[in-house]
Amino acid sequence: MAEMDTSSGGGHKKGPGVKKSKKLSTRVDLTPMVDLGFLLITFFIFTTTMSQPTAMKLYLPKDADKPEDQNKAKQSGVITILLGKDDNVFYYEGILDNTASNFKSSTFKEIRNVLLDKKSRTPEKDLVVVLKPSEECTYKNVVDILDEMAINVLKRYALVDITKDETQLVKLSEAANAAAPAK
Amino acid sequence: MGRAKLPRKSTNIDMTAMCDVAFLLLSFFILTTKFKPAEAIAVTTPSSVAAKVAETKDVVLITIDKDGKVFLSMDDESKKEVIANTLNTTKNLNLNVQAFKKAGFFGAPFSGLSAFLAIPEEARKGNSLPGIPSLDSTHNEIKEWMSLVLSAYAGQKANIQLKGDNASKYPAFKSVIDAFKKNDILKFQMITNPESVPTGTDLWKLGMKGEKRAE
Repeated sequence: MAEMDTSSGGGHKKGPGVKKSKKLSTRVDLTPMVDLGFLLITFFIFTTTMSQPTAMKLYLPKDADKPEDQNKAKQSGVITILLGKDDNVFYYEGILDNTASNFKSSTFKEIRNVLLDKKSRTPEKDLVVVLKPSEECTYKNVVDILDEMAINVLKRYALVDITKDETQLVKLSEAANAAAPAK
Repeated sequence: MGRAKLPRKSTNIDMTAMCDVAFLLLSFFILTTKFKPAEAIAVTTPSSVAAKVAETKDVVLITIDKDGKVFLSMDDESKKEVIANTLNTTKNLNLNVQAFKKAGFFGAPFSGLSAFLAIPEEARKGNSLPGIPSLDSTHNEIKEWMSLVLSAYAGQKANIQLKGDNASKYPAFKSVIDAFKKNDILKFQMITNPESVPTGTDLWKLGMKGEKRAE
């Protein structure tokens, strides 16, 4: 296969009486070496992770000290999402009523449909998503829900502290879900 | 009359050139691969659809590990020197400025900072260190760190980044956000792993239309 020109000197005739030694070929078959080379290349390409960390930007609102400085949102356009422990998600639209009848439970998979449904029903300028992570939820949950905002192109959202009543409700519903698991 | 004899061609191909190319590529890949430096603080970041690559210059990185401990790291040594000197004069911490400059990250309360700097660099591991106290709202040292950082950067742009572990709880994240807010840092970046946009969603449709995504 691979050949090297070893006939240096143009093949002089040896003088008489000089014994002709058996010439060993210096040709080496390089095919396996090429195989090995490409094998290593493929190995390096596949094991190299090209992933560079990406950055997600988050803009925080400035703390408004006076209530009149705070942003007002129309009640009909607000949806509040609460994050509980063990990836539980709860939501309600508008204001939480006294009997908590509009307090619904959801999951990270279903919340997208809930948000899209809300988005289709509400004029764009009224739509505000309020995110209330509870003490029990993880950083991943927060990033996931912020990501959900990006995925569904929801421009207006805010991270708000959870209230005591809501914490209670989240705890109660979690306990209820654990006692009687859905399905 | 015989037919003209066709010269028989050899089917051997010279592999030397191909071999050269293969190994050239191999050495190129090996030499250009940058190894991920071993991290003292083990953090698995969540993934997001954000497409912007994280800045690598003038970075002030806050790391939250899985137990909610907070660490701070900076890449600019001159800024670290400024901070060390400020700390020495305002708090009388007697810090070793050189060690402070060389430290990859900080993860101790102010009171234990000189002891932290005395530990050799290789022995500083996230899980054995106390972290910067942040959970106590009256004594949130991250807040003081951030104001130190801001005064060291004095008007220059610092890229404030936050890297949290999947399993860390929200209160740790909230205390860091609070510290940011107190210092009027209202813009920061969260380090995540890239993830593809789910097909069929609104963002995906925007991407298909070729619109540029607002960051």
